[in-house]
Amino acid sequence: MILALDIFEPYGFQFFRNGLIVATIAGALCGLLGVFVILRGMSYIGHGLSHAVFGGAAASAVMKINYFLGAGIWGVVSGLLIARVARRRVIGADAAIGVVTTASFALGLALMNRYGQASKSIEAVLFGSVLGVKVADIYAVTLVAILGLAVVVLGYRKLLFSTFDRDVAQVSNVRVSLVEAVLLAMISLTILVTMRVIGTLLISALLVIPAASARMTTNSFSRLLWVSPIIGAVTCFVGMNLSYHLDTSASATIILLDALVFVSVYGFAGVRNRTKMASLGHL
Amino acid sequence: MRQSILSKNGSPLIVCEHVSCTYGNAPVVNDVYLKINRGEFVGIVGPSGSGKTTLLKAIIGSQPVAHGSITIEPHLTIGYVPQVETVDWYFPVTVEEVVVMTRAKTKWWPRITLQERTEVREVLEKLGIADVANRHIRELSGGQQQRVFLARAMFCQPDILVLDEPTSGVDVRTRHEILHLLADLHQDGLTILLTTHDLNGLAAHLPRVICFKKTVIADGSPRDVLTPQVLEATYGAPMEVLEHGGMPLVVDHGRMTMRGEGK
Ligand SMILES: Nc1ncnc2c1ncn2[C@@H]1O[C@H](COP(=O)(O)OP(=O)(O)O)[C@@H](O)[C@H]1O
Ligand SMILES: [Mg+2]
Repeated sequence: MILALDIFEPYGFQFFRNGLIVATIAGALCGLLGVFVILRGMSYIGHGLSHAVFGGAAASAVMKINYFLGAGIWGVVSGLLIARVARRRVIGADAAIGVVTTASFALGLALMNRYGQASKSIEAVLFGSVLGVKVADIYAVTLVAILGLAVVVLGYRKLLFSTFDRDVAQVSNVRVSLVEAVLLAMISLTILVTMRVIGTLLISALLVIPAASARMTTNSFSRLLWVSPIIGAVTCFVGMNLSYHLDTSASATIILLDALVFVSVYGFAGVRNRTKMASLGHL
Repeated sequence: MRQSILSKNGSPLIVCEHVSCTYGNAPVVNDVYLKINRGEFVGIVGPSGSGKTTLLKAIIGSQPVAHGSITIEPHLTIGYVPQVETVDWYFPVTVEEVVVMTRAKTKWWPRITLQERTEVREVLEKLGIADVANRHIRELSGGQQQRVFLARAMFCQPDILVLDEPTSGVDVRTRHEILHLLADLHQDGLTILLTTHDLNGLAAHLPRVICFKKTVIADGSPRDVLTPQVLEATYGAPMEVLEHGGMPLVVDHGRMTMRGEGK
């Protein structure tokens, strides 16, 4: 009875309920887009783009512009810039991300140094803050989640084709560059709306770990697209609750939980593969 | 010049004129003149690194042309089969999903429809791999993997099949099967353009062979093209050419070469 009361204690707080909603939707959204991140080998992009958006967040805090507007424009521009630079094949996507995002991050840091009074909200951007979540965040993350779902459902075939086989997709008249730009813009938007809860530094993990865990459980692309968001949402939901009771950082707790899921699935998949192989060996 | 003899039914589908391609530095494909007519079965042979893949990609339009021009007959549907070594075999897709993929432009509905499923079965049956439709692409033999991508190319009912090294990494028996399969498709009216570095196993069996090293060294029937002079210019090593069952048989340093195997 007391235990049950304990579990529901945080739900008495508005800030917790808001944070929980945002985190859970964010987990699902990151899990969904993470599928493309891991299959395209661009896990560095989550890391890089979140740093790029940090530059925009710092700039908008300094210039007192609305965060979503300032950091949003910044993120989309960074995404398009990366797509642009990466098209120069001699440079490559990873280096393109490195150039654009580190420059953006450095600019954010410089702004923070120069105009110190904004440093408090910047810290919230870096590490995430449940306390800072507002109703506007719920709307923003819900909107982006709906948009992300629409992009993945409506663009399913084009996304699959250009992820699996870029050259032939292009030959089959799929506008591969457009598909990639949309994907990057979606990832930028996702980072933008989830950053306040998860924090810039740990968001890259959420774009990779649920999808990587899901990948080990299935060989089907379509199943991956719903298993990964479920892992993301559940770990975020449970992680938020745990963080309240353990008095730990929400972002750290979520990521540790995701890592735990990954390790468990890894171990389980390993055992399953070994037994499969062993049984084949007896044939 | 000998194309008039070789082309069966005619009209040019692909014409390359003075085509050069580069990856930034020196051209890897240089001043290529090439004409593929409807109904032909053409093999481009050359050592690895000679620019065969680059030329194919230029033809299908995924590699920019630095100089010259490639004219493709309007409304031509090209079915491209990439080299199996370039495919990400760990990608989570089934055979059926790979084959349907080429419908990406015209259809958005994520699920494979019943109608599509029937069409896929038809193509897979034709290629003799209907039983693996729901397998993951990694759970296939080399020959089956090759056929999956052939099936994908066939699915959009192409006028011309373009295949990059269709027999690389498969055993002798599978190579034989693929060759026969392609011959059957050609018999059914398909135009086929492929690359290979397998002289005896594949190129010698084709009606038209193009020896290629950055540019066209020779173009014609195997009997005319597979000569010691041409082969030395193409491969950079002296080779002997014997006759076996009415077909040229290339011998390298006194040993029979099975180029394309184990590479
Ligand atoms: N993406 C690339 N970037 C730079 N160089 C390349 C690239 N692809 C191929 N090359 C180079 O171009 C040459 C021709 O390659 P390729 O067309 O693959 O030849 P082949 O198919 O005959 O083996 C090779 O020297 C290869 O190293
Ligand atoms: Mg090649």
